[in-house]
Amino acid sequence: MALLRVDNMTHYFGGLRAVHNYSLILEPGHIVGLIGPNGAGKTTIFNLISGIHTPTEGNIELEGHNLIGHHPHEIASMGLGRTFQNLLLWRHMTVLEHVKMACYSQLEYGIWGAFFGSRFCHQEEKRLTAKAMHLLETFDVAHFSSQLAVSLPYGAQRRVEMARAMATNPKVLFLDEPTAGMTPDELNRMISIIRKIHEEFDVAIFLIEHRLKFVMELCERIQTLVFGEVIAEGSPEETQNNPHVIEAYLGSEDIH
Amino acid sequence: MDLFLQNIVNGLQWGSFYALIALGYSMVYSILMLFNFAHGDVFMVGSYIGFGVATALLGFVALTGIPLPGWLILILTILFSMFITSFVGVFIERVGYRPLRDAPRASAAITGLMIGIILETGNLAILGARRLSFPQLIESVTYQFGGIYVTNKKILIVGVSLGLMYLLHRFIQKSKWGMAMRAMSFDFEVVPLMGVSINRIAPLTFAIGSALAAAAGILYGLAYPVLDPYMGILLGWKAFVAAILGGRGSILGAALAGFLLGFIEIFVAWVFPSTLRDVIAYSIILLILTFRPHGFFGQAHSTQLRL
Repeated sequence: MALLRVDNMTHYFGGLRAVHNYSLILEPGHIVGLIGPNGAGKTTIFNLISGIHTPTEGNIELEGHNLIGHHPHEIASMGLGRTFQNLLLWRHMTVLEHVKMACYSQLEYGIWGAFFGSRFCHQEEKRLTAKAMHLLETFDVAHFSSQLAVSLPYGAQRRVEMARAMATNPKVLFLDEPTAGMTPDELNRMISIIRKIHEEFDVAIFLIEHRLKFVMELCERIQTLVFGEVIAEGSPEETQNNPHVIEAYLGSEDIH
Repeated sequence: MDLFLQNIVNGLQWGSFYALIALGYSMVYSILMLFNFAHGDVFMVGSYIGFGVATALLGFVALTGIPLPGWLILILTILFSMFITSFVGVFIERVGYRPLRDAPRASAAITGLMIGIILETGNLAILGARRLSFPQLIESVTYQFGGIYVTNKKILIVGVSLGLMYLLHRFIQKSKWGMAMRAMSFDFEVVPLMGVSINRIAPLTFAIGSALAAAAGILYGLAYPVLDPYMGILLGWKAFVAAILGGRGSILGAALAGFLLGFIEIFVAWVFPSTLRDVIAYSIILLILTFRPHGFFGQAHSTQLRL
């Protein structure tokens, strides 16, 4: 059974058809890429699946559970984690707090314990701090743990955002342009980190990306989206050689 | 010199009320970007609930003959009233603010004013226009240190206030809900993806703010034992000024500015005729805000006042 399954999803913003008849099957442990020109509707698809918008038509299932009509926080706790295109970090919280915040629903102590500092509360906090530090190490940002997120270099902020998404124990991780604005060095580091989390946490990954090198290297399957419609789907090689994809990116060969 | 110290003590007491109430304004603002203008009236309701709880406990003592000491009744009154009043806050959020969460901030502000009027006039309708006198649960004892006089009530008021502020500080800084509150003060978009619902954190914020207002209401009743339905208006507005002065949404700022406001009022009244107290005190605050429009701890980037 597919881990995440989207069937014939269509969405209108007012009269504008942003996504048309979109389908996706994401198997456990796979990495699928979504590419397409600006404004094709890639982030809209992310927002529709993660519950920020509700699709006009269509069906979304995660492990057989219907996601339509659920709130983002419910979908998140069902096992979908995501990052954002324009880094959404909480500027004046520390890196460690970002990851611990993501462990919110795994913290089990009660509200009275929180006010009066019960022993159980301390134990829970310690357990989660250890978990958070381990995640930060995986993402190579542990040495920043007590710094404010806003003071980190850009690449490190991206990795904090991913660590935060991973801390919710997702089964599927959505990455919205994880390498936007990164230097080639940081790009290579990001590739190895994504490989690492993919193996270590056994998470399926669905990512939006513009850099073809990155997509070609990581993804098993690539969807190409143009004007809200998938015009091609296949392996990196197939996608690279697909005339429709080339046309969408580079324009048509005919000269009028 | 003695008079100076005496005024410090009085300022601390006044400041405690302002600080406790201002915290409620600031906490709600930091998350929902709106000022709950009914908060002063929540203070009033808290005071009345305190009155009710204390009366019931005294009645219980009279009925059963179990000799509960006054201080125990006071502690129970504070705890029960904070608990009950927190539901008033949750109710206000649910009925007044949640339906308007996406509406322009001005609508929410007007809603707050209307809820305030409903609470005041509702109280007037139910309990009548006669003023109530808050039962004196503990004997007033005056201690003398050198030339200054401190009553046990003053110590209690300042002590309970500081204690509550410390608990709140720990809650905000260390607990998962506190973390969620701080994170929500940045955005509503990402926090839900951590599995946290705004519909849980917003009521919690209102509940805590209202509980603090109730504590302030009872402590106020101890010091000035006359309750009337409009007692929350002036105090509420002044605490609102403290919340602005501390910096919108800043918890620490609200507490400090609350005490500062208390000091300013007391010291102005010491130097100038007391009829001019508020005129001069609030002129000073106006002057401070002219030079620090974001207050003491307000951050310029987060201050699009969406009112």
